[in-house]
Amino acid sequence: MFVSYKWLQEYVDLSGISAAELADKITKSGIEVEGVEKKSEGLKGVVIGHVLEREQHPNADKLNKCLVDIGAEEPVQIICGAPNVDKGQKVAVATVGAVLPGNFKIKKAKLRGEESHGMICSLQELGIESKIVAKEYAVGIFNFPQDAQVGEDALEALGLDDEILELSLTPNRSDALSMLGVAYEVAAILRRDVKWPTIEKEEASEKASDYISVKVEATEDNPLYMAKVVKDVKIGPSPLWMQTRLMAAGIRPHNNVVDITNFVLLEYGQPLHAFDYDRLGSKELVIRRAKDAEKITTLDEAERTLTPDHLVITNGTEPVAIAGVMGGANSEVKSDTTTVIIEAAYFKGSTVRKASKDHGLRSEASARFEKGVDPARVREAGERAAQLMAEYAGGTILEGSVEYNDMKVEPAVISITLNKINGLLGTSMSVSEVQDIFTRLQFDVAVEGENFTVTIPTRRGDITIEADLVEEAARLYGYDNIPSTLPTGTTTPGALSDYQQKRRKARRTLEGAGLFQAITYSLTSAEKAAQFALEARESIRLAMPMSEERSQLRLSIVPQLLEVVKYNNARQIDSVALYEIGSVFLKQDGEQLPEEREHVAAAITGLWESHLWQGEKKPVDFFVAKGILEALFDTLGVASQIEYRQAEVKNLHPGRTAEVLLNGVVIGFIGQVHPTVQKELDIKETYVFELSFKALAEAEVAPIAYETIPRFPSITRDIALVVDSATKAGDIQSIIVEAGGALLKEVQVFDLYEGDKMEEGKKSIAYSLKYFDPERTLTDEDITKAHDKVLAAVKDQAGAELRG
Amino acid sequence: MMQERLQELQEEALQKVSAASNLKELNDIRVAYLGKKGPITEVLRGMGKLSAEERPKMGALVNVVREAITSAIEEKQAVLEAEAVNAQLAAETIDITLPARPVNKGNHHPLTRIVEEIEDVFIGMGYTVAEGPEVESDYYNFEALNLPKSHPARDMQDSFYITDEILVRTHTSPVQARTMEKHKGQGPVKIICPGKVYRRDNDDATHSHQFMQIEGLVVDENISMSDLKGTLEVFLKKVFGQEREIRLRPSFFPFTEPSVEVDISCKICSGKGCNVCKQTGWIEVLGGGIVHPNVLEMAGFDSKKYSGFAFGIGVERIAMLKYGVDDIRHFYTNDIRFLKQFHHHEA
Repeated sequence: MFVSYKWLQEYVDLSGISAAELADKITKSGIEVEGVEKKSEGLKGVVIGHVLEREQHPNADKLNKCLVDIGAEEPVQIICGAPNVDKGQKVAVATVGAVLPGNFKIKKAKLRGEESHGMICSLQELGIESKIVAKEYAVGIFNFPQDAQVGEDALEALGLDDEILELSLTPNRSDALSMLGVAYEVAAILRRDVKWPTIEKEEASEKASDYISVKVEATEDNPLYMAKVVKDVKIGPSPLWMQTRLMAAGIRPHNNVVDITNFVLLEYGQPLHAFDYDRLGSKELVIRRAKDAEKITTLDEAERTLTPDHLVITNGTEPVAIAGVMGGANSEVKSDTTTVIIEAAYFKGSTVRKASKDHGLRSEASARFEKGVDPARVREAGERAAQLMAEYAGGTILEGSVEYNDMKVEPAVISITLNKINGLLGTSMSVSEVQDIFTRLQFDVAVEGENFTVTIPTRRGDITIEADLVEEAARLYGYDNIPSTLPTGTTTPGALSDYQQKRRKARRTLEGAGLFQAITYSLTSAEKAAQFALEARESIRLAMPMSEERSQLRLSIVPQLLEVVKYNNARQIDSVALYEIGSVFLKQDGEQLPEEREHVAAAITGLWESHLWQGEKKPVDFFVAKGILEALFDTLGVASQIEYRQAEVKNLHPGRTAEVLLNGVVIGFIGQVHPTVQKELDIKETYVFELSFKALAEAEVAPIAYETIPRFPSITRDIALVVDSATKAGDIQSIIVEAGGALLKEVQVFDLYEGDKMEEGKKSIAYSLKYFDPERTLTDEDITKAHDKVLAAVKDQAGAELRG
Repeated sequence: MMQERLQELQEEALQKVSAASNLKELNDIRVAYLGKKGPITEVLRGMGKLSAEERPKMGALVNVVREAITSAIEEKQAVLEAEAVNAQLAAETIDITLPARPVNKGNHHPLTRIVEEIEDVFIGMGYTVAEGPEVESDYYNFEALNLPKSHPARDMQDSFYITDEILVRTHTSPVQARTMEKHKGQGPVKIICPGKVYRRDNDDATHSHQFMQIEGLVVDENISMSDLKGTLEVFLKKVFGQEREIRLRPSFFPFTEPSVEVDISCKICSGKGCNVCKQTGWIEVLGGGIVHPNVLEMAGFDSKKYSGFAFGIGVERIAMLKYGVDDIRHFYTNDIRFLKQFHHHEA
């Protein structure tokens, strides 16, 4: 809402308060003023001139040579390119030395050999936006009314010296969508009175009801409909002061009748509509829901198809307006209109909202209806418009109005105690302070002891419960005056849950291992949503995505991380190591909401270790990723519950991929991205893992129990085993561990050889076995016994021979 | 005669010891003079010819000479050994200005830093961290928060619906409603709820269709606006610095009444007015208010007995202000050069 500082003074005394001060006070007490703008800031030297002569420029077809009286001793010659400039016009002249928007300075000039002492201006050249310039002046210069005084400041005459407050209104404060509404707010802040416009008018003896009848069929959508009839109007421009006020509010002037409806809309907050009586096509107005597929061509010349959701004004047979949204072209007020019907009505907000949304038509009118207009002001606004049409369009008002009125205007009455107000605010206001606030707001308040019974005027439809009154008290008391305290009462222990602590520790472990935390989007394309999904499920699609790229909820995180790798690789960052812990979304049969499972995923590519001047450069491989995972398992205390199983997973390298099992259940994968996918994405060799973090964090963890530090030496025996190439090192390790019994404490692979010194199809794996007994020093005999068992077991179960 | 010979030997040996330039030479000297075949031993052998009187004297002299040579050798040996060590050390000298072997080290995403910092402030004040689903029912996302289907304020948050009844949540407030329900009308409730939220916005420098919020909620008897003000002061000063001031401005949210927007004094200009704070001296950081009685009642709390405050923080906004990040998209692009800037502990 744009509020003219000058205009506002007509409704509330602003003496002694500058626009900037006012803006600050309004903001502090509840309505944010986003800015105060003075359009004429930095402009000067523009006066009203009178075009005395106009002739064709001798050397240019499109230029005019004008002689203009600018209130100086002598008229000046000005060359003007506007197509509509003509003798006798009153125009805005930027005189020599004037400054226009963009710091454009006007100098004496010669145009095609003719001298020009200034410039005749269009409104756009004075900084007014094209969309609010009346259509007749959209191209060319603006004409002042003939009574404009030559030599006067044109910027002032156009209201550009006014200061405009831009109010950013929250949805509850629709009461401030009018000058009067703002006046009430300002009056409460400044402790001043609100001055209402006086409506004095004469009515003809002819009755409005002789011209028109009103029938409301959709009474719930439209509890109040009033029609006034004004005849003998002469369509023409509205007075300049009215036009400047409309422009200040961001509304384009049209003609006197339309401008008056808009002026009253701004003044009262009540949208009005003017029908051309003679174009209506009947003598009745019937308000009903539209029929299915019924059509109307609206004022913007668009044909619109209606549904029974939409409320329409009809002439008894066809729609002439979409109620509260836009009028029909068939009944539009035009330059030849003589009799006007003024519609002042209360349309239900949700009904208007539906139509405005369906047709993509948001107007000043619909915005106000949607939020609810003041039912007590509807009729008065209609009367005000009629008065202005008599005054500024030469009309004659017919007696009375034609109405349907089933509107129940019952102000809300709310009781509240001082205790409640102070209790909710933490303040210690007195009875009289609170009473004063309600009185300033012009609420009727009855005080009994510490109880207030407050009658809320209908203009403040947002106030319905005690808490609303508390807010009114708070904002006028001043939030700066509210003390700062901390909640007292029951003490509660603050802590992270076990799960949340594990998540934090997991982050630290992964970061300590060299991975950066990424946060990526949950919404992705259909293809990516499922690309690395742990289980095949249909992804969840948005009903109305903004793009296909962000249309589905992800089933896995890896594709998002690969996008990040791609982004970085494309910017010469070859080594990328990232992880993310976040939710994936799994549709559940029979459940309204999907399962949201937290996953941990990583993508690692490029060099892992590099110490270049020492000649070391080690690229990431499978075992780097596996090592990081194991650090994570260790932190989470699940290392002993984990197994790897060589597996084929879609979009991963078939020979370099494992499933990860937790207590025998697959919870994720680790592997290299399939070279084809790497190529598609244009990324280098990349290793990824993705596991259910939920499963990891929810696994049972054994408590930490201290084991005695060994007092006796351990003994190490190394063995090199020759096995089939396909035999898994891990399998042999399991056999060794099993056979080694209680004395075998540690087994480590320390060498792997598959070179040409081996027999075809064989490889050698060397293990280091550490034996130890906490109770005594082991004898050679003890160890040999255990070690022989190991050798027998590997030979027996894996066909392993000791390498000679 | 023998005495002279010994004097001679001592002088000779001491000279050679002094001239020795390495341990081998020194050892050769030791063997040469003190060894079994050395001249001193020889002198000793010749002692048989001496009288019984002279023999002990000469024996003592021999010992003195041996001692002198031995100690000279030992001294020289210590010197030579030290020299050898020094030479070795000199040879082992490295250029310590050469670059270190890098240790791989990642770090938190800046948004996580902010979230954890805020979590910790509130945990210290007795809050727990509540979490809820990102895909929500219309009921928890809107209706339970006093936003019935026809509410005009739903315009304020254009949402990504999945079906008519399901959407990706537009704020973390549904966690409030869910947590209150779990408390079955029994206070106190003291939670903060961090999480991802989604709105139908085109991504640009200041908008992101996905972003993070932290919601805070306290429900107990006698909770007031002054408690909200005091709590936010503690929190905002912790995050932005003790010298920041805070101010509440009236505002509107359907789920709180009264509602406030909260500003902190601008760090850049200390409240004098600059481009960052649009000349106002204040920067808006969050919204909050007293929990609307409808919200309490819908979640099973008696609004006559209980009151509460709630607030919501945009994590990106806090991070942008705190670190001076100029484009919200950086948080989701995950450029390594961006991520790695948020590495060290700050006071």
